[in-house]
Amino acid sequence: MNLLDLQNVTLRFGGLVAVDNVSFSVKQGEVFSLVGPNGAGKSTIFNMISRFYDPAEGDILFQGQSILKKASHDIPHLGIARTFQNIELFEQASVLQNLLVGRQRHRRSNVLEEILFLPKVRKQEHHHRLAVEHVIDFLDLQPYRDKFISGLPYGIRKVVEMGRALAIGPKLLLLDEPASGLSTEETQDVAFWIEDIKKVMGITVLMVEHDMHLVNSVSDRVLALADGKILTIGTPSEVQNHPDVIKAYIGSDEEDALT
Amino acid sequence: MRIIFKTSYDADIRYFSNRVPALWYLALLLMSIALPFIINEFWLGEFTLMLIWAIAGMGLMLLVGHSGQASLGHAAFMAVGAYSNVILQEYGLPFILSLPLAGFFAGLAGVLVAMPTTKLHGIYMAIATIAIGVLAEDLIVILAPWTGGVSGKFAPSIEIFGINFDRYGNVSGLYWLILGITCLIVLGYKNILRSPLGRSFMAIRDSEISAQAMGVNIARTRTISFALSCAITGISGALMGHFSLVFTNETFNIVISIYLLLMIVIGGLGFIQGAFIGAAIVTFLPSVISFSRDAFFSNSAIIPGIESGMFGAILIFVILFEPMGLYGRWLKIRSYFELFPFYRRDMFRRQKSYLKTERMR
Repeated sequence: MNLLDLQNVTLRFGGLVAVDNVSFSVKQGEVFSLVGPNGAGKSTIFNMISRFYDPAEGDILFQGQSILKKASHDIPHLGIARTFQNIELFEQASVLQNLLVGRQRHRRSNVLEEILFLPKVRKQEHHHRLAVEHVIDFLDLQPYRDKFISGLPYGIRKVVEMGRALAIGPKLLLLDEPASGLSTEETQDVAFWIEDIKKVMGITVLMVEHDMHLVNSVSDRVLALADGKILTIGTPSEVQNHPDVIKAYIGSDEEDALT
Repeated sequence: MRIIFKTSYDADIRYFSNRVPALWYLALLLMSIALPFIINEFWLGEFTLMLIWAIAGMGLMLLVGHSGQASLGHAAFMAVGAYSNVILQEYGLPFILSLPLAGFFAGLAGVLVAMPTTKLHGIYMAIATIAIGVLAEDLIVILAPWTGGVSGKFAPSIEIFGINFDRYGNVSGLYWLILGITCLIVLGYKNILRSPLGRSFMAIRDSEISAQAMGVNIARTRTISFALSCAITGISGALMGHFSLVFTNETFNIVISIYLLLMIVIGGLGFIQGAFIGAAIVTFLPSVISFSRDAFFSNSAIIPGIESGMFGAILIFVILFEPMGLYGRWLKIRSYFELFPFYRRDMFRRQKSYLKTERMR
């Protein structure tokens, strides 16, 4: 069954067509990667799924239901979590608090109950904490649990960002360049985590990534995008050897002759 | 150096991380309760005023320090609290009901203000709230049949279960009453901070875009924070009305709003303790100035504007040298001694982040 369907989605910024008639579906339980040169429209597709942008045409379905009527803060409640390319953590808070914000979806208490901090709220906090501790354990974040984000190095922030999305307890995880700016070892960790997220947690992953090693090692299917148009969809090796993809990345013979 | 072993999740939920600060705060509470037996009535009045300022400061702290919104018109909500409390009392409601209702009405006023302004940020929000502060003064005059207009209102005496808490009749009684209210508000405030609501405030303060991506409804959360902030400030306004006995349209003017903001910035944004430190400065600085003037200058000439000048100077120094406020400075001094000799100068320095996306604003 298809978890996510994009049907003929088009988005324009003024005269610029950022995403041009794009259709693809992500199947339950797979790792689906979007690749393409800068400005191809990969992050724009993410921002449409997160409902930060409205597509001009087309429809986005999650589990068969259109999400275009939903507000962006309703999207995590459906079970779609995301990370940001340029880390968007809550800087003046600890790692633990950042991850706990991800549990907002599972909040079952109202404002008055929380001001009085009824036993029910305390019990709920224990449940949230347990869920978050599972994520901390999974991503090896134990040493940083009580550290403030503002004092953490880039690589750790990147992991916290992924942890916060996992704390939501999603069905679909959108990873926007999870390995950008990371060292080779850190990228390898990310690859292992994505494997486990897929196999152990059973979460479907939609990923934007430039690191082709990572894409090849974890993806089931890859979609190549250039100038908002789909070049091809297929297995990692199929996509990498596709003539249009090579052309988009390195240019064709004729263009070389011109420069 | 103290090492704390956490053995349950409650260790991070409790009010105090371990026994040592808990004992210090207990000592502080006992001192506060015993205060009327130690000092004379003039100073007790000053301490009562400090507690009222601290409540107002906590109200604004919730908004500015914890949910990252600016308000330069918070005195307007003090006025809403003061007037609705007295009007309700005049209708025959006992103080024990009129005070929470005054808070409720101030919160309601906060919701009405928040709804159109939730889309505003930073300087625009500040301008809008200044406008509300200015409007409130005129509204009080326009609504003269209820508010008494320029001639003002006289606060009736407080009576709870037959005990009288008059400003001049029962000074220590009023002090204890306000101390009790302050403690309740502090507890409620702490509860907010450790619950999902407090975390959603923190989320919208630090990054609205990712708060949304985590499922926080921005407009709703901002409205709630405004409402709670205004309710607390309204309660302090109601108490201020009783403390000053008489108040007019000019009592809760824009200068009060600015003092409130000064208070929490000097005390330390984002700390409940900061509201109290700021309140102490706002309350005691005028006394300190007048006493030191008498001590140092024999002619005791009155220098106009010295208070505002001092406040301004302190604010500039705090912003330049200690953005975390006086409470932040205290935290640094404390950790210096706790970690001695391992304290590093840049321990509290923030890591610079160069990648902050603005593309989706």
